[in-house]
Amino acid sequence: MAKQVTIDAKGVHYTPLNQQIRKAIEDGADEIVVNNVLGQRFIGNGLRGNATIRVNGVAGGDLAMFMSGPTVIVDGNAEHAPGNTMDSGKVVIHGSAGDAVAHSMRGGKIFVRGDIGYRGGIHMKQYETQRPILVVGGSAQTFLGEYMAGGLLLVLGLDGAMKAREIGSGIHGGEIVIRGDVDEACLAAGAKKLPLTDEDRARIAPVIREFAADFGLDAEPLVKANYTRIVPASARPFAGKYTWE
Amino acid sequence: MCGIFGVMDKRRQMMDGSGIREALSIMNERGSGEGAGYVAYGIYPDYRDCYALHVFFDNPGKSKAIVDATLEQWGTIEHDEAIPTCDQPNLKANCTPWRYFFKPDASLAPGSASPEKDVVTSIVMQINASANGAEIVSSGKNVGLFKASGWPEDVADYYRIQDYEGYIWLAHNRYATSNPELWERPDPFNLHDWSVVENGKTTTYGANRRYVESFGYNCSTGTDSEVIAYLIDLLTRKHGLGIDLAIRALAPPYWDEIDRMPEAEQNLNRALRFAYGSATMNGPFTVVAANPDTMIGFTDRGKLRPMVVGECGDRLYIASEETAIRAMEPCVESIRRPAAGEPVIGRVAP
Amino acid sequence: MSSNFGSMPLRYRITIDREQCMECGRCVENCPYGVFRWDGNRILINSRNCTACHRCLTYCPRDAIMLQEHPCDYRSHPVWTRAVRESIYNQSRTGKIILAGMGSVANLPIIFDHLMLDACQVTTPPTDPLREPVELRTYLGKKPSKLDFTQKPNGDVELSTELTPNLMLETPIMLGHMSYGALSLNAHVAMARAAKETGTYMGTGEGGLHPGLYPYQDRMIVQVASGRFGVNVDYLERGAAIELKLGQGAKPGIGGHLPGEKVSADVSRTRMIPQGSDAISPAPHHDIYGIEDLPQLVNSVKEATERKKPIFAKIAAVNNNAENVAAVARSGVDAIAIDGFRGGTGAAPRVFRDHVGIPIEVAIATADQELRKQGLRNEVSLIACGSIRESTDVIKAIALGADAVYIGTAALVAMGCRVCGNCYQGLCPWGIATQRPDLVARLDPDVASKQIANLIHAWTLEITELMGAAGINSIESLRGNRDRLRGYMLDEGLLEILDVKSVGA
Repeated sequence: MAKQVTIDAKGVHYTPLNQQIRKAIEDGADEIVVNNVLGQRFIGNGLRGNATIRVNGVAGGDLAMFMSGPTVIVDGNAEHAPGNTMDSGKVVIHGSAGDAVAHSMRGGKIFVRGDIGYRGGIHMKQYETQRPILVVGGSAQTFLGEYMAGGLLLVLGLDGAMKAREIGSGIHGGEIVIRGDVDEACLAAGAKKLPLTDEDRARIAPVIREFAADFGLDAEPLVKANYTRIVPASARPFAGKYTWE
Repeated sequence: MCGIFGVMDKRRQMMDGSGIREALSIMNERGSGEGAGYVAYGIYPDYRDCYALHVFFDNPGKSKAIVDATLEQWGTIEHDEAIPTCDQPNLKANCTPWRYFFKPDASLAPGSASPEKDVVTSIVMQINASANGAEIVSSGKNVGLFKASGWPEDVADYYRIQDYEGYIWLAHNRYATSNPELWERPDPFNLHDWSVVENGKTTTYGANRRYVESFGYNCSTGTDSEVIAYLIDLLTRKHGLGIDLAIRALAPPYWDEIDRMPEAEQNLNRALRFAYGSATMNGPFTVVAANPDTMIGFTDRGKLRPMVVGECGDRLYIASEETAIRAMEPCVESIRRPAAGEPVIGRVAP
Repeated sequence: MSSNFGSMPLRYRITIDREQCMECGRCVENCPYGVFRWDGNRILINSRNCTACHRCLTYCPRDAIMLQEHPCDYRSHPVWTRAVRESIYNQSRTGKIILAGMGSVANLPIIFDHLMLDACQVTTPPTDPLREPVELRTYLGKKPSKLDFTQKPNGDVELSTELTPNLMLETPIMLGHMSYGALSLNAHVAMARAAKETGTYMGTGEGGLHPGLYPYQDRMIVQVASGRFGVNVDYLERGAAIELKLGQGAKPGIGGHLPGEKVSADVSRTRMIPQGSDAISPAPHHDIYGIEDLPQLVNSVKEATERKKPIFAKIAAVNNNAENVAAVARSGVDAIAIDGFRGGTGAAPRVFRDHVGIPIEVAIATADQELRKQGLRNEVSLIACGSIRESTDVIKAIALGADAVYIGTAALVAMGCRVCGNCYQGLCPWGIATQRPDLVARLDPDVASKQIANLIHAWTLEITELMGAAGINSIESLRGNRDRLRGYMLDEGLLEILDVKSVGA
């Protein structure tokens, strides 16, 4: 029998709130439901283990920063930088999220049903088996995948046109996959477009299916859709800029 | 170096200044004849509710109007007059000592726990910081400070301190190292309640000054005793430390000693050093200080300067030399020499 | 593309005294830059590859090798200096930004050298540190500005103020942040051991924490920089303190990158990035675009580590330094490291290194002043860094208002570095700034850690002596005690900014 703990966050500052969540995990809770969240920051911050934290309300900045293992499900929107420097685990946001989503994320998954702001997936990076994944159901804004150094950034564009420009500015690792075609003019220096191969499609299909399942969407049309794949032109985007004294 | 002396009567029995004059001048070997001063508590019973401001005017004709105007802006002058003096052949007067009995307007320092003292503090800072030919040398209730450049007995006779009666007296015999001509330079230093005399010279004047100045004090004389008076005022009045903890903050134990203390005491002492590291005084010093209810004495933690404590009946004496105590109290009952950092705290009976 | 410059004049010339040389070949073995090679049984020299690292001189058993800098004169000119001309040749050939290693080479006056220390003579006695205590113990972190007490029924008072975590240093000298990746593991291990031995701390730099340093983790300040390399909750928890790197004195306002060739298998594991890929640190932290974002990052790191560790922030000293420091002090950090414009670097654009920023002496003085003015001085400790060269720099920095210092280049020099400034080549012959295993193996961590510890000990002794001579027996009494400094040949404006009197005053 899973152990569930419910916490009322109404009017509670984030430090005692996060202490309560941490305590619940230490006491063996599998699922922690946090109600009435209104902007409390750092929920799930630095937590380990495999508990599920359900956030009902608007999650404040740096949701699940440094998190290593747990699952955070937000029924609402999230502010600035959810999944910042996240190690592993999963963040599911049923609404939209602010700027710098998945900043420096190095592992785990972030699924955002709605839109994300500017600089989504900035400096995501991967190492061996650790490969971060950010999937956006709606649109992303400009500087998507800036400095990106690894992982997968998938934008499904379910709610209309893609708004991002300067995509993959300084990208030197990983891949950005966007449903539909992407105008060359929207790509930044250092990024290049490639067609999605069957191999690529096979690789992203499970991710799409998991995303669809989480949000109750029909996966197969999305799996079969057209995608543009954006990758680094070079692993050393700035190597040609410098000479030595 | 300098010689210092303090005496208090715990039952507020009055002492005239003659004995203090004797005590101070027997330590003339410690001075250079270029500065001496006395401060006494309880000397103005008729104006006990007024702040007595002792002011040195370079030229009253020029500067008095400025001080009058400042005081009237901040409160009411109940009475003012020249401090009676008696010319001495060996003293060359270069300023005119004056006194005001002043009631500050407490409503001008709203939100303060001690508004009158805040008003007086800012008047003192304002007048002493500007070059207006006026220097406020003492500013407490029922307290007065008398000092000049000269030997202790000449200064005492100039002000006729035998005519004043007080229950606490502090006195200072100066070995001048700078500005021997300035009458406001020798100790004691006073800011409303607190008066300070010091023997020695700290090596931390700069650090201590930066610290107190960040709380709005303005060090205008450049003397240790000024900074010490502000430190004591800040720690006791503004920060609410008991005088024992304030002394502990100014002359804290070494870390090695703190490491050996029981935990609660260790935490307290560590916290004091954390909070008041910039207030810590270093170098050689013995400080004797007083307010209307208390007289304290403490030395630097390396014990580089002497301090002798005598007791006789209700009287507590603190001096640089035992002879000074015996000069005033030949039959003193006990004499001791406290260890470094061990404060002497005498309180008058309530 | 070719140019018409042909061969440029040599920067260094190496000669071998053939009468002394016994053709042992140690120079050939030791030089990784390829200055020496065998031609039959004769050693040939290619001076063009020389970096003046001195490795060959050090290992020549006969002192047969001699090095000369600038063996070829240009026509002397006070405006069109050699450096100016060579930069133009370089850039007109390549069309690129010039990168350079180590700190500023701008020949500007060093303020530290124009500050004189005080000593006691007749009005106060010096303290003899051999016989009486002089305390250098330093606590870094937030201090209460005032204390609260509760009165117990028996009349005793009890402290109710809770102290926040502080780092305790036995000496106010720490080893600054230089990453694993820029430096070798042996260099890092040597510094960590020295920090442990001398009761101080070392910075990891932004390259993560190699498992070989776990035994010393309680002496490590783990750094979180804009690239977030090697940063996860495990890393944060291992450190004794956590430093957010917001800027670097050698290159204020720009990021940095570790070239892919230095990202070896081990470095890639520690940084958590693929082997051989560039490790790019963006100019800003991309979760800090406004000052109000800084407390968010500070608190995020604090929440992740349950508020058990002090958090430091490091900034570069620039024009509005006082404002920057006050802003950072309000963010909840426990200490601020300020890196002056002479701070070191593995590589920085020459124009930044030599032209951007302000001196550390001024930065510390204005920071201390502003924090006091705003009542924030106890909120943070101040750490001075960027060209702390000797014990007197330490004591002067503290008298200007610092709590402690970081040393970087000085620690490298203690390990054998000759300040050749070629760190970026990754071929450091001393095994310090390289990842090439055979070169790394040249640096014995036992020997190198002893040398660094010796340096810290020696400086600590000198500081103790200088403090004793000034009659100051605890380091907090030195902090901000500018009264004990005098400026010699500094202009009035600078003296006013430093709040230091002129000599003679």
